Amino acid sequence: MDEELFKALADPTRRAILDELVEHSGQTLFELCARLSTRHGIGSSRQAISQHLEVLEGAGLVRSRREGRFKFHDADTSPLRAIAERWPVIDDER
Amino acid sequence: MPRIYITSVFVGDQQKALAFYTDVLGFQKKMEIPLGEHAWLTVVSKEDPDGPQLLLEPDQHPAVGPYKEALAADGIPCASFAVDDLAAEHERLLGLGVRFTQDPLDMGTVKMAVLDDTFGNLIQLVELVE
Repeated sequence: MDEELFKALADPTRRAILDELVEHSGQTLFELCARLSTRHGIGSSRQAISQHLEVLEGAGLVRSRREGRFKFHDADTSPLRAIAERWPVIDDER
Repeated sequence: MPRIYITSVFVGDQQKALAFYTDVLGFQKKMEIPLGEHAWLTVVSKEDPDGPQLLLEPDQHPAVGPYKEALAADGIPCASFAVDDLAAEHERLLGLGVRFTQDPLDMGTVKMAVLDDTFGNLIQLVELVE
């Protein structure tokens, strides 16, 4: 799980996908590609984005759901909790 | 020079589709020529009745189903229509019970949204930003 999580986060396109899904949940592949190209300058093919989504899903960071004939993607940031638990952020005492 | 005079969407029930494309989306019927079981059935924009037509094409061919399913699953529209005011059109169509798979999205030079025509097609609406 660790390996999958860190591998998923290691790619800038996948981080941009997470940015967009956190900002607006429930996107189709089509909408996600439109946002990536106009707001991040990422012109990857839909196939490539689809593969990135699979990696993110494997790490538990994205969930996809079917509603009727359509497939929507949502971000799930809960796997990130393990990172903060492993390396807690200590606030400076000044 | 060739010109684009028609494009098409595949529909199951032509008459039901005609009702949606006229009563809901707001096109008007242009041609209806009976062809056996089906018809050559087209609609046009009321603002441009001599402009390009949209053919409501029967979807009986076995390849059509898988094609439409795959595009719809990924949210990919099979036709794109221009509107003057996307926000207003989105509001109007929501009021008529239309489902959008993509709410209006500002992409800089265009705004776009995607709706479900309930006949297995996704339709993109685009507002060109001046």
